[in-house]
Amino acid sequence: MKKNLVVIAAMAAALCMSVTASADEDLITIGFAQVGHESDWRTASTQSCQDVFTEENGYDLQFVDCDNDSATQLEAVRNFIEQDVDYIIIDPIVSTGWDEVLTECEDAGIPVIVIDRTIDDSDKYAAWVGSNFTTEGLACGEWLKAYAEAKGIEEINVLVIEGTTGSSAAIGRTDGFAEIAEREGWTILDSQDGDFTQTGGQEIMESYIKSYEGQFNVVICQNDNEAFGAMDAMTAAGISYGVDGDVILVSFDACTAGLEYVQSGDINADFECNPLAAPFVEEVIQQLEAGETPETVVYMEEHWYVNEDILESITVTVDGEEQEQALTVVTDEIVEAQY
Amino acid sequence: MSNIKKLTSKRLFLPIFCMILVMMVNIVYDVANGNFALNFFTISIRNGVLYGRLIDVLNRGSEVAILAIGMTLVVSASAGTDISVGSVMSLSACMCCMLLAGYGVSSTNDLAVPLIVGILGGLAIACVCGTFNGFLVAYLGVQPMVATLILYSAARAIGLLLCNNLIVYVRNDAYKIFGSYLGFIPTPIVIAAICILIMALLLKFTALGLYVQSVGINKKASRIAGLNSSRIILICYIICGLCAGIAGIVSSSRIYSADSNNIGLNYEMDAILAVALGGNSLGGGKFSLAGSIIGAYTIQAITTTMYAMGVSTSVAPVFKAIIVIIIVAIQAPPFREYLRKRSVQRATVAKGVH
Repeated sequence: MKKNLVVIAAMAAALCMSVTASADEDLITIGFAQVGHESDWRTASTQSCQDVFTEENGYDLQFVDCDNDSATQLEAVRNFIEQDVDYIIIDPIVSTGWDEVLTECEDAGIPVIVIDRTIDDSDKYAAWVGSNFTTEGLACGEWLKAYAEAKGIEEINVLVIEGTTGSSAAIGRTDGFAEIAEREGWTILDSQDGDFTQTGGQEIMESYIKSYEGQFNVVICQNDNEAFGAMDAMTAAGISYGVDGDVILVSFDACTAGLEYVQSGDINADFECNPLAAPFVEEVIQQLEAGETPETVVYMEEHWYVNEDILESITVTVDGEEQEQALTVVTDEIVEAQY
Repeated sequence: MSNIKKLTSKRLFLPIFCMILVMMVNIVYDVANGNFALNFFTISIRNGVLYGRLIDVLNRGSEVAILAIGMTLVVSASAGTDISVGSVMSLSACMCCMLLAGYGVSSTNDLAVPLIVGILGGLAIACVCGTFNGFLVAYLGVQPMVATLILYSAARAIGLLLCNNLIVYVRNDAYKIFGSYLGFIPTPIVIAAICILIMALLLKFTALGLYVQSVGINKKASRIAGLNSSRIILICYIICGLCAGIAGIVSSSRIYSADSNNIGLNYEMDAILAVALGGNSLGGGKFSLAGSIIGAYTIQAITTTMYAMGVSTSVAPVFKAIIVIIIVAIQAPPFREYLRKRSVQRATVAKGVH
């Protein structure tokens, strides 16, 4: 299913590209310095670039897996400069120490596009493409509010299993949700770091169950793996969760396995963190090719997945601007099409 | 008086004392918060299985306890540490899950091969790792830390290759059992108990313990006395590898997957710390298996206590470090010497009065 879509997209893109490709016969060379291969999410991100930037589409992609080593990544970028590629895509392993090498890119006249993670100490790049984690957190809060109203739940006592301390995903999701929780006067009983792993989620949830027995009715896990761990711990303690359970379980990321649990009703809602950045990056590159100036910050479209068909959409206020987005009820097709 | 003295002079007194001290913190905390004082120690049956903080300590501490068995022998025999155990855990988990799911499959509900084949495959590759480490240390005379550094960095990567860069899920009830419950007892506790029991019997009924200690105290002299020192060191490393393999499978069964990036991460440090907290010298020679096991559960007791007290996870390592420093300081020779002198002084003063 997903492959078909990709093929269609590739063919459509190839048609558009054939004009430019025949004009100068050259492929657009792109260097991509990827973080590594630590999770399914990362693999999907890599795959997305390899699917979009193909020779048929008029690109020549040089891919470097930096294995989570920032020195390797700097070296990879310098290599790209030496090879005089047309564009450089960086998913920065660390957020600082980039000014010098980005200046070198600028001097060489190579536009840099940053994806996923951020660069804090330099603005010498054409655009950043990624997720708005605060929006994800806000969406989670707004959904919970609407859901509780629809279900007639009056008191909300939340336990949060956070992601790795200091990661931008954990900070954004925590802040976004906390904003709504404060506005609505919900009690956040506890918020601890589960390190984005299943074991972490299990251990924290085991402990929560003992500390806050019978006091909580919402558990927010900041990624799917933590949610799987929390589910294991609650099952072992005989606590029911999900759509028909006593505890509302919410997760982020929405990987395939996560969506399967949303479909089966074990997880109430899952807020996507889209790994497929390549189509958005391609748009930026096309704008640059056409001599236009792209937006410096490009937020990717992300879906909000739910099990029940009781809410149509939710409205999130981001930076004073109201955004309404539909909720997606998970079906077999959606699970299959997910990365 | 003499009874107390006898008790305090026992080798295991201080490790046990420290573990109890850590747990006592919970009583103080519960009383201060107006909870039932023995909250931490209450064990009940919930949902048909054992339930309680103490069970969590025993359950979650299983992996480190199993690792500590092998690490104790390695430390004793070779006066060095095996820092590859965490990575070997991950490798054995990957091997096991890869066999059970089939190469390149990322999630399965049915086993591709019988469960026992997967488990034995995982344990076998762990033993191969142990043999490799042992060969380098015992026969090539490489420093233990340098020798095991190779697999420390390589084993996790090999695991990733075996799993084709995926997190392999084995969602099968037969496989889940090692990380869940056997009847009403958490299976990891049972596995750890069996491992400890087997090793304790080996040490009691064979001369293994004696050989290991004598090689650790003086390798050359032991050789002259007729012991095959190199072979004994090799055996210790193989046992250590096997323990890492068992711990890896338990760890992977808990999450019914082989998450090669996270399984066993930093466990080598906990295993070494367990040996040290148990009052064993990292310089080799005499060892106490019971001490290491107590050390392992002490580490988990600290972690569980942190969770119970709701210490923010970002600052928890600081408290953990402080507690470890205190425990190590209490067991340091100068402190022990000071205690001994004081008791002698007291005894002489008491005699003077009479």
